[in-house]
Amino acid sequence: MAVLQGLRALPLPVGFRAAHIIERNLIHYRRHWIIIFSGFFEPLLYLLGIGYGVGSLVPAIHVPGGQTLRYAVFVAPALMASSAMNGAVYETSFNFFFKLKHMKIFDAALTTPMGVGDVALGEIGWAVARGSVYAIGFLVVMTALGLNASPSAILALPAAMLLGFTFASIGTATTTFVRTWQDFDLVQLILLPLFLFSATFTPISLYPAPLQVVIEATPLYHGVDLIRGLTTGALGPGLVVDVAYLVVLAAIGLTIAGWRMRALLLK
Amino acid sequence: MNLARAGVVLERNALNYRRTWRGSIIVSFVSPILFLAAMGLGLGSLISHGQHRLVAGYPYLDYLAPGLLAATAMQTAALETMYPILAKLMWDKIYESILATPVRVAEVFIGELSWICVRLLIVTTTFFTVMVAFRVVHTPAGILAIPIAVLTGLAFGGAFMAYSSNQRNDSGFAALNRFVVIPLFLLAGTFFPITNLPAVFQAIAWLTPLAHGVALTRAVTLATPMAPPAALGHLAVLVAYAAVGFVIGRRNFERRLTV
Repeated sequence: MAVLQGLRALPLPVGFRAAHIIERNLIHYRRHWIIIFSGFFEPLLYLLGIGYGVGSLVPAIHVPGGQTLRYAVFVAPALMASSAMNGAVYETSFNFFFKLKHMKIFDAALTTPMGVGDVALGEIGWAVARGSVYAIGFLVVMTALGLNASPSAILALPAAMLLGFTFASIGTATTTFVRTWQDFDLVQLILLPLFLFSATFTPISLYPAPLQVVIEATPLYHGVDLIRGLTTGALGPGLVVDVAYLVVLAAIGLTIAGWRMRALLLK
Repeated sequence: MNLARAGVVLERNALNYRRTWRGSIIVSFVSPILFLAAMGLGLGSLISHGQHRLVAGYPYLDYLAPGLLAATAMQTAALETMYPILAKLMWDKIYESILATPVRVAEVFIGELSWICVRLLIVTTTFFTVMVAFRVVHTPAGILAIPIAVLTGLAFGGAFMAYSSNQRNDSGFAALNRFVVIPLFLLAGTFFPITNLPAVFQAIAWLTPLAHGVALTRAVTLATPMAPPAALGHLAVLVAYAAVGFVIGRRNFERRLTV
């Protein structure tokens, strides 16, 4: 109870009902903090193993726009993007499903003054928060290692939060269609290629032209392109396209998520 | 101890697998192939355009593939010994049902470990076939990479089962995955030579089974000469890990399941 009161002392806007969902998740994770904490290290290990380890075998990368980047400088922003994606997706896939189908948290929440919109917003807000914490940590590491080539790197943080919001929205929308745990195998089948092929480890100019078109239609690619542009200082109109893409996709995800959650929870 | 009864536990897993194999294909088969394509072909082409055209004298794809084979065995062992074991221990209480029959705890443990062996054999054989298709196996003796990879998986399997049987919820799996499995996957010789690591990390890498498994699978598929004492040393480490894992795993199973 003391912790509950302690948390209440946090400046959460209590009139904003969705905040209660965020508060509930915070309290839940008191006992499972290792899950969130350890998740931060995943992209960091990729930075060490692939960025520096394999990077020592790779010559400088020539990116569109004429810059030449050290391999670690090339990979780091992509891993920052994937850390924001991971945080948002872990929450809105397995955890959201468990709360929706097994713990019935949201049915309980709806017996209070909270509505479906509050629940959806709270869950998505929480997922964005987890992704943002990872992105902040990663950006600090990048700064410490000298992997930011431009002051515009500071803008990579809101960019990562936008990416987290997009993935949280489409993640929530997708999970409302999941029937059993086995369906998540299909989700993995989508996430791994996104992680590996979204210009994360190599420029997409290496791939055949039709594959490039497919990659350019996917969300992580735009997140990587945006964040890499900001940390390397390669600013251009392409970044506006990335932002617009992520905003539109987030809006679509949010709409579907709201509509589906209403259908599932207000039977 | 009755091996026929351990066999029944193995059979139960096989029957269950008939319904769940589709999902396991994605994790244990599609994902290493995606890594092979993204890193071996994609990243590999960057490496071969540079001044270091080769890694340890081989194209990067050929260098990476046997490493991924051993690493995939480790990940399969992790996958099969974390959630499935804890689910049977705690959530679905399958072991309680099994132990209500004449089957004993040691037989359950051996049956489970044999099932992990079967899974390792399926996964490594499939991945090896893909390696042959990619033309990265340089000699017929390369087929020895399959038993070596299975042994690498077993070097982790017993120890992971020992860990899982001490858990009360699944938080510990996130820690095991991110503080043991992923660091080894990325840093213990699969993607780049261990000699590129700082000296301290080199020493740590050689204390783990994965580095030894990778050294052996790589030597046999690339047909690089390896002095017999070195080969025996690598094998001895793997066997020792598997043996210690077996003993501790069995002990922890007894502790958790004996009422």
